[in-house]
Amino acid sequence: MAVLAAAGIVADLGGARILDGVDLTVASGGWVSIVGPNGAGKTTLVRVLAGALAPREGRVLVDGDDVRGLRTRERARRIALVPQTPVIPVGVSTLDYVLLGRTPHMPFFGSESSDDVGRAHGMLERLGVGALAGRSVESCSGGERQRVFLARALAQEAPILLLDEPTTALDIGHQQEVLDLVDGLRAEQGIAVVSTMHDLTLAGLYADELVLLGGGRIVERGPAEEVLTEETLRRHFGARVSVLPGAHGPVVVPHRAPGKAG
Amino acid sequence: MTHPAAVAPTVLRPRWVVGGVVAVAVALVLGLTVGAVSLPVSGVVGELLSHLPFVGSKSSLSAPQAAIVTELRLPRVVLGLLVGALLASAGACYQGVFRNPLVDPYLLGAAAGAGLAVTVVIISVTAATGSAGLPLAAFAGALGAVGLSWFVGRAGGRRSAASLLLAGIAITSFLTAIQTYLQQRNSDTIRQVYSWILGRLTTADWGDVLLVLPYFLITAAVLLAHRRVLDVLAVGDEEAAALGVPVARTRLVLVATASMATAAAVSVSGLIAFVGIIIPHAVRLATGSSYRIIIPLSILYGAAFLALADLVARTALAPAEIPIGVVTAFVGAPFFILVLRTSPEGRA
Repeated sequence: MAVLAAAGIVADLGGARILDGVDLTVASGGWVSIVGPNGAGKTTLVRVLAGALAPREGRVLVDGDDVRGLRTRERARRIALVPQTPVIPVGVSTLDYVLLGRTPHMPFFGSESSDDVGRAHGMLERLGVGALAGRSVESCSGGERQRVFLARALAQEAPILLLDEPTTALDIGHQQEVLDLVDGLRAEQGIAVVSTMHDLTLAGLYADELVLLGGGRIVERGPAEEVLTEETLRRHFGARVSVLPGAHGPVVVPHRAPGKAG
Repeated sequence: MTHPAAVAPTVLRPRWVVGGVVAVAVALVLGLTVGAVSLPVSGVVGELLSHLPFVGSKSSLSAPQAAIVTELRLPRVVLGLLVGALLASAGACYQGVFRNPLVDPYLLGAAAGAGLAVTVVIISVTAATGSAGLPLAAFAGALGAVGLSWFVGRAGGRRSAASLLLAGIAITSFLTAIQTYLQQRNSDTIRQVYSWILGRLTTADWGDVLLVLPYFLITAAVLLAHRRVLDVLAVGDEEAAALGVPVARTRLVLVATASMATAAAVSVSGLIAFVGIIIPHAVRLATGSSYRIIIPLSILYGAAFLALADLVARTALAPAEIPIGVVTAFVGAPFFILVLRTSPEGRA
């Protein structure tokens, strides 16, 4: 059953049309990865799905309720978001930062209970950064930070997780680690995941469905084998690539410009 | 390596609060004992206690001495405490809402609005009618200017922290320009206008205290209630919304409350600089960046600081009085430079 369903999304930013009729559905425990060239509208689509941006047309339904009709707090209980570059408050400790994720479960003027603190600790442990609880987020490395961001989002205990470029700042080992963690949680807790990705091979490796955005429309969608073809990537990314069959899905290999290769 | 479970979330430590209460008590007792007539500490404390219900202690002060304490010094010290608490908590709140540690309570034009309104009243009212209308004019001018900034502070259909901040700068310049022009055209009143602008608690009586007390109680309650919400706002509008905080409504409530606190302080004390920046900053340096700590401690230490500054203002060059705004700026500016030079990059 679709827990998140967007239909006919048209969105403008600063007078320019960014999304032009996008449909997208994710089921419980499903993983949809949005790929596409720079400026295709990936981040805008994530913001619309999160309810942060009102679409000009179309709507986003969360368990059948319009996301823009939900109260802010209720929305935060249903959708957790890790933005592309989260804001890190000066001097905030990792534990305090993850506890921010408990906000939708607390009274508005309340403070966190020992249960909330326990859950935040548990989430940090779970993501392998339990020892960082007392450190400031600023002092964490890129890989550690990404896991701390994820811990805050997961502390919301929302059935939908939106990830905007969760791996862009990470080396290949940390990319795999973070994506494996998300994959484990969605399998175990039935979380629906929507992510935007730049690395096409990785995107195909983890998602059940790839959605290729081009010029604000979905130009290709389906399993990685169908979306990641040499012809598609040439047309929409202007990229010279070979797509090789890998053990777990297609592998995208870039080429140098003709004549320059040795 | 410590076990992670031993790490606790940031909380307000009792010893910080105790320190603040002691600072307020010291400021209170010093403010009552030091002056043209020096009074014994024991006598002043006895006099204060004798006014508390159920204590039943007897004051050892003579009747004139007791009158100096309760009618002259006490209202002035209490007013200093309240104004300090109002300005420091308003400054802390603005800094949280605008995610900028350098903004002060006058950011959205409160000072310029109050200054213009007071100048207009001083120019248009004859000496005979006196200055009874000044507090009201200052209050209305401050709130009016903030309202104007709020009204025009929209960009691209959204009211962001940045667009409000820029609107505040524009409104401040605009109102200050009008005020300067009026002042130049009426140079005979410059002295009176300046005396107001530099801040004063000189004329403080119980009437002033009762005037600002309700504003203090209400704004302190609202700001204290929002102290964790301010921590959530630190991650920015869009993320705070994703965490369940209705950002637009919350920002309106907080800006309105902090502006109310500022206007109440300005109406009885004129423009007192730097308290709204240095107190929250000092608290931040000493305890960390959580508003769960900054808001309550700014109230306590702001109160103590301003009462002590007023003590310096009225005793340093006695019998002459230094405007209290001069004292706070004289202490505040070097402190501020110290903060800038000792802070890690980007923090101050």
